[in-house]
Amino acid sequence: METIKGRVYKFGNDINTDVIYPGKYLSITTDREEMAKHCFEAVYPEFLKDGQPGDIIVAGKNFGCGSSREQAATCLIYFGIRAIVAESFARIFYRNAINLGLPVAVAPGVWGMFEHGDVIEIDLENGQVKNERTGVTAECPKLPDFVLGILGDGGLIAHLKKQLRKD
Amino acid sequence: MTTAEKILARASGKASVKTHEVVTARIDVAMSHENADVVLRAFKEIGIERVWDPDRIVILFDHRAPAETEKTAATHQRIRKFVAEQGIKNFYDLKEGICHQVLPEHGHSLPGQVMVGTDSHTTTHGAFGTFATGIGATEMAGVWATGELWFMVPDSIRINVTGRFSEFVSAKDLILHIIGMLGADGADYKSVEFCGETITGMSIASRMVLTNLSMEMGAKVAFVAPDEKTISYVRENEGSDFETVLSDPDAVYVQTFDIDVTDIGSMVACPHSVDNVKPAKELAGTRIDQALIGSCTNGRLEDLAVAAAILDGKKVARGVRLLVIPASRRVYIEALRQGYLETLVKAGGLVLNPGCGPCLGGHQGLMAPGEVCISTTNRNFKGRMGSPESFVYLASPATVARSALAGTITAPQVR
Repeated sequence: METIKGRVYKFGNDINTDVIYPGKYLSITTDREEMAKHCFEAVYPEFLKDGQPGDIIVAGKNFGCGSSREQAATCLIYFGIRAIVAESFARIFYRNAINLGLPVAVAPGVWGMFEHGDVIEIDLENGQVKNERTGVTAECPKLPDFVLGILGDGGLIAHLKKQLRKD
Repeated sequence: MTTAEKILARASGKASVKTHEVVTARIDVAMSHENADVVLRAFKEIGIERVWDPDRIVILFDHRAPAETEKTAATHQRIRKFVAEQGIKNFYDLKEGICHQVLPEHGHSLPGQVMVGTDSHTTTHGAFGTFATGIGATEMAGVWATGELWFMVPDSIRINVTGRFSEFVSAKDLILHIIGMLGADGADYKSVEFCGETITGMSIASRMVLTNLSMEMGAKVAFVAPDEKTISYVRENEGSDFETVLSDPDAVYVQTFDIDVTDIGSMVACPHSVDNVKPAKELAGTRIDQALIGSCTNGRLEDLAVAAAILDGKKVARGVRLLVIPASRRVYIEALRQGYLETLVKAGGLVLNPGCGPCLGGHQGLMAPGEVCISTTNRNFKGRMGSPESFVYLASPATVARSALAGTITAPQVR
């Protein structure tokens, strides 16, 4: 996988899936524009004004805690979020992101390394994130090869399709 | 090895596994509710005609049942069609109730097995010794296709519980106390084992409260070791072909906690996080608009029984809406038979059909800006139950019933 680069949009600790994608929109599952419109809308409405496609979310600990709703990862993809780097993730959100092809990286210390609007560089293959402005780097444990394979293929469905063709 | 390690070893065909090792496990039960619609769309995209094993898939409707919008009606319709096409016989439609009560009632939650569900509270089934965890819809499509899933073997935490609960204090108060202590990420990725005399003495329903809410501290799975109570519950509910798995005496835990419940009082999780836990008595006087008894956490017979005992012959405070949602049709019938529902309705309660109700903000009792709900459910995130300007407090059925009577948050011990 190539290095991922983008503008940093920061969030704090324990950002839950109800906050990312409210339950009342759960019956919307395919409309890209409609889903993108509701990311963080109730609690962080400024995201919809200030966030830009291509942004990378840098968050504190336990990002994506709560429900298993995949729409929480889907809506961010539809919005155009390029990747998420956090101190830690809740496990279902983490797996959902990978399965949908949204790169995620756990990088202890990352939250304090960035300011809103900085540019972050993520090298998943070598397990490193870097602040372009300050030059400071942090390690993110390298993902197992098969997980990188899923991400590289653009998500689990594309990955399984590819495998089926091989078989 | 711990219970989690032993089950994953067996499911992945290995003699033993180590923590943090990644294994591919065979799935025994794959459960989905309304989000089966997202699963089936992803499944069809893979390009496989048939699911790996229709008998291992369980589907039902509980989140938005009966359909609250035309959109949901169409969702239900697509799933019914898929279920028929694939010959999935374990389909309960919308008549049975909440997945985490219905599956045990129909013999799907079995000791030693691996269950995945497209619902975060799938950890509930660990009350039967099942390695049960939540996954997303796309991942479930992969399970429907292959019957397998990768897991990282988790570290385990052991929580040893002793002592006797004081009056009106229950499993809900204990688990809120633990979540307050460990935090919302205190068990992230980990397996949590509950043990000790207090757990052994608990009903199956109370054990399910512990494993259900373990999700709210990030647990991957939670367990209560299966015992005679578990086995007889499972057998009575047509569960068969299972093998009990218990942790070895020399199993390794990353953390061990000893808790004596004697001194734990009624606890409440305050807005807007489940780990924001305070003793109920410290919140005395907080005005409420709605009181909710139900959900996959606390909508079982013993929960309705304690609420009925507290509200028997009394009336809910003026201006308070009391919503009662039995967790399943079976619970509903038994609560009718025992007279609990009559008591609750006479007290001013409104009984809704078994299902998730307003817990996740879908329908049936959402909140307006500025309103306050005290609820036996499992999440109080901002905007979870309606307006982002509303407030949800989580508590035991006893605390919710007593508060409904007073119109303010009130510890059930208050006469």
